[in-house]
Amino acid sequence: MSKIKRGVSLYSFQEEMFLGQMGVEDCVSFAASIGATGIEILPEQNMPTFPDLSDAQVDEWKAMVARHGCHFTAYDMFLDTKLRKDQPMSDDEQIESIVRDLTLCNRLGIKNMRVLVFVRPDILGRCVPYAEKLDVHMGVEVHAPWHLEHAWILRTIEEADRLDTKHLGILPDMGIFMKHYPPAFRARFERQGARPEVAQFIVDSHEAKIMAEYTIYEVAVKMQGNKAEVAMAETLRHAPYANPKRLADYAPYFHHIQAKFYEMNEDCTDPAIAYEDVIDALVGCGWEGTLSSEYEGNRWIQDVSEVDSCEQVRRQHVMFERLIAKAQARHGVREAA
Amino acid sequence: MFDKYIIDPSTVRNTGPEDAPDGFAFETKLGYYRGLRLSMVEELNVGIDGELFARDAIRFDEGAGPLTLYEMETTYDRRWAFGAPATIYVNCPGGFPKGDHTLSLQQKLRISYMPFPSFNNDEKQIRFG
Repeated sequence: MSKIKRGVSLYSFQEEMFLGQMGVEDCVSFAASIGATGIEILPEQNMPTFPDLSDAQVDEWKAMVARHGCHFTAYDMFLDTKLRKDQPMSDDEQIESIVRDLTLCNRLGIKNMRVLVFVRPDILGRCVPYAEKLDVHMGVEVHAPWHLEHAWILRTIEEADRLDTKHLGILPDMGIFMKHYPPAFRARFERQGARPEVAQFIVDSHEAKIMAEYTIYEVAVKMQGNKAEVAMAETLRHAPYANPKRLADYAPYFHHIQAKFYEMNEDCTDPAIAYEDVIDALVGCGWEGTLSSEYEGNRWIQDVSEVDSCEQVRRQHVMFERLIAKAQARHGVREAA
Repeated sequence: MFDKYIIDPSTVRNTGPEDAPDGFAFETKLGYYRGLRLSMVEELNVGIDGELFARDAIRFDEGAGPLTLYEMETTYDRRWAFGAPATIYVNCPGGFPKGDHTLSLQQKLRISYMPFPSFNNDEKQIRFG
């Protein structure tokens, strides 16, 4: 039995839900059909009465996922520090908002809360007593262009160590492991007017892992790139390839992963994100938790084609099963350190 | 992320007396993957054929009653839910112009985790009257 569980974030179905083609229960039902039984929710997306949820509504939510043989894995919080135009939220107000989310997370029976990466580590430190009491792990989203060893992320790790707590850590988003430039990005920029030879230069620069600012300068200044070309070059700032091997070092600090992806090939391989290396590292260190699909390809293709988030997610899970089995064959199933 | 869907072109209609309309209205969805409290919807810039209406010509209603953009700035207790249509009312004597015209909308949103505002733009060809 694998220690890595498979799940889906409802974020993955944003296109169909936005357009009213699928409701939340349709998404849960689909997830169950592909064995992705862990459900990550975004209450501010999926719960129209948020933040007000009666006990009856909480019970309905739990019953709904249980009906499909699923369970909740993670709760994605938000923090509106700029709620007011003229005055940012005070520290106390931020804590109050986070505690509100921790409480709802606990009421829903969810153990992992995805914390937005911009939330200050010292604010989270002040929330730790609440997280411990409610037994919710606060995981700061390690989202590109941040990465596992970015100084900002290390501040959260240090805060967790200082407080000697198991309820503060990280929650990696696999977008930090972009080994190859996503073909869907390139195609979209070409439709917007990027010349193929300039697009190829940008892809080649990413492949060579040249630091973004060099490529942006080449494209914007030396090549006199057009708007689409400069915009494409600028995506490199948010397209890092961090070392998947580092996942093992930080494994004690996370229990949930946002398995970001932009498109899957028909043969169920990911052209951009280094999942083979990621899953090998996770299995190798005995990590236990959920790989939660986060499909974000809709915005790159909706100008030319119908979005089929279910098919994309299905292909990713075929890949997960294949890669987990492969890594287990290589490492054996290890106990967590 | 949802720009091309934020104007529903099938909902454009005149407001006020049928023989002397004082404006028009249409439905819009929030171009974002979650709901937002109204204070964070900073601007709703509406235009016809590239001509923008004044800020005080716009009213917004997500279902709890129309507000001006000035009133929305301090509306912290109302939320525009994800995927939910809301109505934009535009003061425009005579109503929506007859014939073929381009209706444009820009939503400017204040997203706390982003260093800059988020702009969502859509435009639709409308044949009216």
